[in-house]
Amino acid sequence: MTSLVTDTRVVFSRELRPVLRDPFTVIFSMIQPLFFLGLFAPLLPDAPDGGSSLQWFVPGIIVMSCLFGSSMTGSNLLFEMQTGSHERMLVTPLRRPALLIGRALKEIVPMIAQAALIVAVCVPFGFELHLAGALLGLVVLAGFCVGLGALSYTLALASKNKEWLFWTVQQTLLFPLLLLAGVLLPIENGPGWLQTLSRINPMTYVVDAERALFNGEVLARTTLDGLVAAVLVGLLGLAVGVRAMRRSD
Amino acid sequence: MIETRELTKHFKDVRAVDGINLTVARGELVAMLGPNGAGKSTTLRMLTTLIPPTSGSAEVAGFDVVRHQREVRLRIGYIGQGNGAGHSQRGRDELISQGRAYGMGVRAARARADELIESLGLAEVANRTVSTLSGGQRRRLDIAMGLIHAPELLFLDEPSTGLDPQNRANLQEHILRLRAEHGTTIVLTTHYLDEADSMAERVIVIDHGRIIADDTPRQLKAKHVGDRVILGFAGPAEAAAAARASGGEQRGDRVRITTDDGPRLAARLAALGPDSIEVVRPTLDDVFLTLTGRSLREDASTPESELVEA
Repeated sequence: MTSLVTDTRVVFSRELRPVLRDPFTVIFSMIQPLFFLGLFAPLLPDAPDGGSSLQWFVPGIIVMSCLFGSSMTGSNLLFEMQTGSHERMLVTPLRRPALLIGRALKEIVPMIAQAALIVAVCVPFGFELHLAGALLGLVVLAGFCVGLGALSYTLALASKNKEWLFWTVQQTLLFPLLLLAGVLLPIENGPGWLQTLSRINPMTYVVDAERALFNGEVLARTTLDGLVAAVLVGLLGLAVGVRAMRRSD
Repeated sequence: MIETRELTKHFKDVRAVDGINLTVARGELVAMLGPNGAGKSTTLRMLTTLIPPTSGSAEVAGFDVVRHQREVRLRIGYIGQGNGAGHSQRGRDELISQGRAYGMGVRAARARADELIESLGLAEVANRTVSTLSGGQRRRLDIAMGLIHAPELLFLDEPSTGLDPQNRANLQEHILRLRAEHGTTIVLTTHYLDEADSMAERVIVIDHGRIIADDTPRQLKAKHVGDRVILGFAGPAEAAAAARASGGEQRGDRVRITTDDGPRLAARLAALGPDSIEVVRPTLDDVFLTLTGRSLREDASTPESELVEA
């Protein structure tokens, strides 16, 4: 007899398979972050202590890559809703929550691959890797990308027969989230209202935590804040997503 | 195998399905026939637990479709209008995860996938990405997906829509073989008249969300339309005489008689000495036309006729 765990594993490995069969798809969703890395990072001034600006910029780009990839992932479900394979899976005995959780958990794999790729590209240019902190950073990011993925799937389910709705909402939210999290430029010097908006953006805390962790500051308040924000996004995404999946037909 | 009571589905103000009472016994092959929007697919979607009924109830494979969805899902196979296999996946991978979805172990799922790939002639394409397969190949893969757990009851929603005649024939052959070999109960919807006619021994005609006829194709035709024998004569005078003798209806130099058994009557009427005798057997479209006043065919009706030499 199957359980929610085995059902989730079935869905997870099914989702992962095309990624493993064609690893290039991992790079596809990170083209924009790579452009920012190549064409924007060189414009940043080095830190006052003479350290490379990459130490500050790269963790943000890793979160950005996770944001882009995970927020787009719902389009895969949207496509399967159009072709009929989602309907086919709804008629199998797979538990509805597993159909969502398995898909959302899969987001962790491309996220790790993308982070590794970004780090590998940046190390030759003077980016200094603190492994232990970076690994903890990935744990925080895992919670965040599962939540984002689940929300993206929720949006896909809500956009049934309305593909434009998915892309409109996704594209509209993408850049405010990104800019307000201070990924490209620090928020601290901005006007008050912008700082307020930034503080209610959960991604801000995740970005701050990643910056601290990738620079080896593990025992910091920012780590905890980032972890809490990521877990909250994760739980919210899964709760909303499971609800939407239960109603899917 | 299926038992519905006043099964009803409303979408806002539309009564898509309006009180369907249907009983299907184990081993039957039933075709649901009706025009687009008649309620066939909605009925199927309720029977396969995809959507809950607005009212009424349905028991499928012994379980209620609302209260025991999981039990129903474990026992049925469903081949929908779209492609069951994900387009970015490989056929074999999809078959294996489909098996896993039904609780099969990896090894068992792999063995079953191999078996179906073999029997549905998918060996050459099973390792290719689904999006690169032809329509017919994809449809066969869908069938394989629906059969992975050897269900006792199989639903097919418009299985042959969009296939060319050769692939349609091939698909029908697979379905009939499945039934012959495993005694699977099969319920399919179609708007192809010849498909319902040649495959099913029971045809359910649905229109406006209601069952308007339910019988064997042969009985439906005999009961609602009947055969027509058309006699041709040299002139109206001969035809008029023959019409009086046979009780038929005269039209110019022809006489038309409606009967249950066309060929037998034709043989008897040969004694009247007509120049030609034509027996027109009714089609399911004629049945539909008689029942609803509308034709199911999109193109002009061309009756299937059988010319008998006088």
